[in-house]
Amino acid sequence: MTETLPDAAPLSFEDALEQFDPVLGFEVHVELNTATKMFSAAPNAFGDEPNTNVSPVCLGLPGALPVVNEKAVESAIRLGLALNCDIAESCRFARKQYFYPDTPKNWQTSQYDEPIAHDGWLDVELDDGEIFRVEIERAHMEEDAGKLTHQGGSGRIQGADSSLVDYNRAGVPLIEIVTKPIVGAGSRAPEIARAYVSAIRDVVKALDISDARMERGNVRCDANVSLMPKDGDAFGTRSETKNVNSMRAVEHAVTFEIRRHAGVLAAGGSIVQETRHWKEETRTTSSGRPKSDADDYRYFPEPDLVPIVSSPAWIEQLRTTLPEPPAERRRRLRESWGYSDAEFRDVVAAGLLDEIEETVGSGASPATARKWWMGEISRLANARDVEPTALGVQSATIIELAGLIDEGKINDKIARQVLEFHLDGEGSPAEIVSARGLEVVSDDGALTAAVEKAMAENPDVVEKVAAGKLKAIGALIGPVMKETQGQADAGKVREIVMEKLGVS
Amino acid sequence: MTAEITRLTAAQMAAKLAAGEITSVELVRAHLDRIDAVDGGEAGLNAFIHVSRDEALATAEEVDAVRAAGGAEAEALHPLAGVPIAVKDLIVTVGQPTTAGSRMLEDWVSPYDATVVERIRAAKLPILGKTNLDEFAMGSSTEHSAYGVTRNPWDTDRIPGGSGGGSAAAVAAFEAPLALGTDTGGSIRQPGAVTGTVGTKPTYGSVSRYGAIAMASSLDQIGPVARTTEDAALLHELIAGHDPKDSTSLPDEVPAFGAAARTTDVSGLRIGVIKQLQGEGYQEGVLARFQESLDALRAAGAEIVEVDCPSFEHALSAYYLIMPSEASSNLARFDGVRYGTRVEPEDGPLTIERVMGATRAAGFGDEVKRRIILGTYALSAGYYDAYYGSAQKVRTLIQRDFAAAFEQADVLISPTAPTVAFPLGEKLDDPLAMYLNDVATIPANLAGIPGISVPGGLASDGDGAALPVGIQFLAPAREDARVYRAAGALEALLSADAEPLWARAPELPTAAAQTAGE
Repeated sequence: MTETLPDAAPLSFEDALEQFDPVLGFEVHVELNTATKMFSAAPNAFGDEPNTNVSPVCLGLPGALPVVNEKAVESAIRLGLALNCDIAESCRFARKQYFYPDTPKNWQTSQYDEPIAHDGWLDVELDDGEIFRVEIERAHMEEDAGKLTHQGGSGRIQGADSSLVDYNRAGVPLIEIVTKPIVGAGSRAPEIARAYVSAIRDVVKALDISDARMERGNVRCDANVSLMPKDGDAFGTRSETKNVNSMRAVEHAVTFEIRRHAGVLAAGGSIVQETRHWKEETRTTSSGRPKSDADDYRYFPEPDLVPIVSSPAWIEQLRTTLPEPPAERRRRLRESWGYSDAEFRDVVAAGLLDEIEETVGSGASPATARKWWMGEISRLANARDVEPTALGVQSATIIELAGLIDEGKINDKIARQVLEFHLDGEGSPAEIVSARGLEVVSDDGALTAAVEKAMAENPDVVEKVAAGKLKAIGALIGPVMKETQGQADAGKVREIVMEKLGVS
Repeated sequence: MTAEITRLTAAQMAAKLAAGEITSVELVRAHLDRIDAVDGGEAGLNAFIHVSRDEALATAEEVDAVRAAGGAEAEALHPLAGVPIAVKDLIVTVGQPTTAGSRMLEDWVSPYDATVVERIRAAKLPILGKTNLDEFAMGSSTEHSAYGVTRNPWDTDRIPGGSGGGSAAAVAAFEAPLALGTDTGGSIRQPGAVTGTVGTKPTYGSVSRYGAIAMASSLDQIGPVARTTEDAALLHELIAGHDPKDSTSLPDEVPAFGAAARTTDVSGLRIGVIKQLQGEGYQEGVLARFQESLDALRAAGAEIVEVDCPSFEHALSAYYLIMPSEASSNLARFDGVRYGTRVEPEDGPLTIERVMGATRAAGFGDEVKRRIILGTYALSAGYYDAYYGSAQKVRTLIQRDFAAAFEQADVLISPTAPTVAFPLGEKLDDPLAMYLNDVATIPANLAGIPGISVPGGLASDGDGAALPVGIQFLAPAREDARVYRAAGALEALLSADAEPLWARAPELPTAAAQTAGE
């Protein structure tokens, strides 16, 4: 038997890719945003007092029985359709049995040999716009476990002094999406990994079936990696890195595992089939528990639930409720707004696509919508440590501000202040401008006086402008603004200077 | 008076309550006195694990007050309001312990009521207490209870059947006119047979299982225990009906079971004798009473035909794979983490696995452990197809046999159990012999069809006095009314010239009666 050499040094990513082809696989768990849990009427809510959103069913009390949440089935079917899957007209739940204190019945009600959706695909868009198709093996329904908090020791269950368990999450509906092995990714494997998880998140958000907040665990990814030699055709032994819960972490985890596998294999060792823990701080993985295909969960059909029968008519009706696929929508919006690739990518990365679309839809120009959302609104949100969307800026407000600028009533700088006053509850932009007397100074008398003063104080600048260096006018605008408390119209200042010096 | 009113049928009690001839408080007190007299003391039936004196009397007082006040509220009372009932201690109840006959749930009180208990409370039947059973309903003799054996009122050295021996003994000994049982492989019908009472296993899904601690989910069914077919039918009507909390609950309207039980007319009814459920393994006396029942039914105009159910040969084997498989899973939740008994290992590190292990080692009895081990094995990777998978195929074959049999007959008939009550301890060390007792009752559970056991007379096993023999009727799924019609008719035929069997039970020695309601 080959030595496993667990401590072999990872190869560099480039060296790894020179010798091996990576094969990826993902299991993504999506927590649904249904009002109640998968099999009980207990609320499905995040952040409440521990063990308050519970019922006899999700505590696994003696005698309690599950009832399937129809809304969760609907969500699963819609997700299956969005992933281009076949939907099973009849499917069943099964019991996946293992003893663990976060699992109240000591089995997880899941789907085993009869998933509700199977054999689909999802096109994911890479950074350069290339489309990579990921084949979907299945999407099945199951329930989440409770949450354990280990006291003392390392924070893991081993060595802890005691553990607390919160069953609020126990029984929350999950859909697990399993890919087929992803081959041919080559050196783009980490990027594909990130793009895939990102695409899944976009899909579930567009379907509005999940809050899709990765930091809350609404979307959780297990990443499988194996390597096969460049000239080989058999898959290598895989590792399964659990709970890689940000897009960046998925990318890094795949990178590290490719390097680690390559290191072990290149040194003549063999990969242990096991789960791995992701360590964010070091961007490495560590050995979890050995896992083999022979893990015996003693699956059998859940006798307390009848099969779920989804009529073709219902499936077709749900198909009509599907939103435009996120990738197609992005292509459409980018073209119609005329943003550069970089501008558009920034908008997507900032998560402000919906907001900008709404603002443009309300009548703003794409440029104005982008300027406000990506500029001042994002800056204010950042300063206040909230998401831009959480500020509650309405499209109408943005349009009103843009209008005031266009009419020359305020300038950009004032407009930014007006927005801040507006967010502080001082009323509509027009009201604020009027109440605070912020309208730009454009009456020639006051402005001319201020310009004359600035010109008198800056004879060198005046000389340059008179000599035809029009750019130098900028140096006069500053003092004029100072004189008028920023309320001068810069264009008007320019006009007056040019007129006085007789240049054009 | 108080002694006699416990010997009325539930229907008679209901009529006297409605007529104002007795009060519910009188009824409840009489039954509590009877429990005091025979459940402990010399008779020592031990049918009850817990007696809920105060609660039962409070409900009785409430019913009496409503009746006394008259008006719409009195009119709206359920016909059985005020008639006391006992509940098998596998069915969860708020305010009273639910032990499942196990150390595992020694001090556990459910925070919620089973759906059947909700219905009983809504109908205002005073709940006398919780009855003994084999631990987690696993057994055919009530000897596997952590709270002592229950004795058969007909011969206190013999078993009352199981797992619902407590409910059957309580009803047979006039400690309660009605009781709830659960039947996974015969746990209502076999105790009914050996105690001379009536017990029904309804169609799977007829009665909500919500709140019945599960043994085998695909087989379990709650049902009524009573002294007469009519009483069983009336209780069945009360507890049946759709429950959104049980996904396997049928949406059907509840038929008039009571009326079916009172029909007592079998002319033209085709009754199929199951070839496989007679002969070898059945005691002579049991077969003699069975023949007499057939003769009586034939004489009353029924058409007796023989039906062949060849797959029944494998029913017991299939049952003892499916039942333990599901039980091993259902009982996984008892681990000392959330509720019930928690046992920490005496030495060594205190890890969750070791606490779970120590809890399950100490909390479960031998029969429960035996079935958990069997079931865990049967579901294991590599064995699933050979065991659980094959058993499910047998189940399908049994369902086909029944379907074919019901082409030829409206109801089927067999002895309920192959023997009369056997002596306590006789089969305790021979699980296979114990399991054989369920050979005639198990097929109905595997097929999900209704079955009833009614008294068919007395027989001796050659070693002592004559003991009750049970006759079982089976009907197609959702045709529970048919078993009530056939059973009601047989009951009427057999008691035409004699007292009903339940009235002929020997007198029990009574402890000095205490005043109930202290």
